[in-house]
Amino acid sequence: MAEVFIYPATSLILSDLVARFGHKPLGTALSVRERIQTAGLDSPPLEMTPDDAKKGLRWAAVEVPSGVRGRMSLFGPLIDRAEAAIIVRNPDFAFGCMGCARTDELVEFLVKQKKIPILELDYPADEEEGIIFVRRVKEFLTGLGGSS
Amino acid sequence: MKETIPPLYAGTVTKYVFIESYKATPDDIAARAYEVSGRVMIKETCFGLQITGEEAEVERVIAHIRAFDPAHIYVKDRGFPPGDPRRCRANLGGARPGYFGHEYEMGFIRRIAIGLEELESPSERPVHESEQKETEGLSVKRLMELIEQEA
Repeated sequence: MAEVFIYPATSLILSDLVARFGHKPLGTALSVRERIQTAGLDSPPLEMTPDDAKKGLRWAAVEVPSGVRGRMSLFGPLIDRAEAAIIVRNPDFAFGCMGCARTDELVEFLVKQKKIPILELDYPADEEEGIIFVRRVKEFLTGLGGSS
Repeated sequence: MKETIPPLYAGTVTKYVFIESYKATPDDIAARAYEVSGRVMIKETCFGLQITGEEAEVERVIAHIRAFDPAHIYVKDRGFPPGDPRRCRANLGGARPGYFGHEYEMGFIRRIAIGLEELESPSERPVHESEQKETEGLSVKRLMELIEQEA
């Protein structure tokens, strides 16, 4: 079973398909869960703390906006763990109130730097593309080995 | 909401179960989940369920539910447990922040369902690998979708 980073990291479709084909999806939920289940001085009303923007310095430079660094404190550890990645190109909901285009670019860059197997796709626009989407994901995940 | 919130349900996992099926409703899968619920906590929602508990137990319940309609039941991890005051709409007064992402993907998840059904029982329908091409800019299909959404 390989640990597969998914992006958008909150994607239901990618998370489901990765788990369905026998691997572990690495999405934001894992990072958030770790934060809210860890007791500490913060145990904050929100899941992000000022410290997260500092932790993000490991993946983004200091002049990068704190929003990007805060997001990287969630995505960065997942990218470090990832043995493979599936990325949907330009998903609408990863920009605007749900996301951040600069973080998208940085995440894609970091994943590509890591030299792990990557599958890049677009969300399916019709039924035929849906069939191709699922088939490609399955082929990619089967190629990673160890799937059940 | 400035008070400190202690870690809730430490050591557990929470998973969303979404259903988009013509054979079953969220109510049906809830009944099916209760059949084998054991030590997990189940919250019924309009789109499916949230299941909280030890990972192995949660996976067992999910496997039981999924067998009902494999291509139309989808599962993903959730960071927060159900009812967490930081996310529950009862405290926030609006849809929880992650809702919009789910709403977006549920809009076309039937295309994924067709893909999964096709894997299970391949039909004669010809599918050309070149269909999903790398396009520059806005495709006609996408433009039509936008027009329909706005109409």
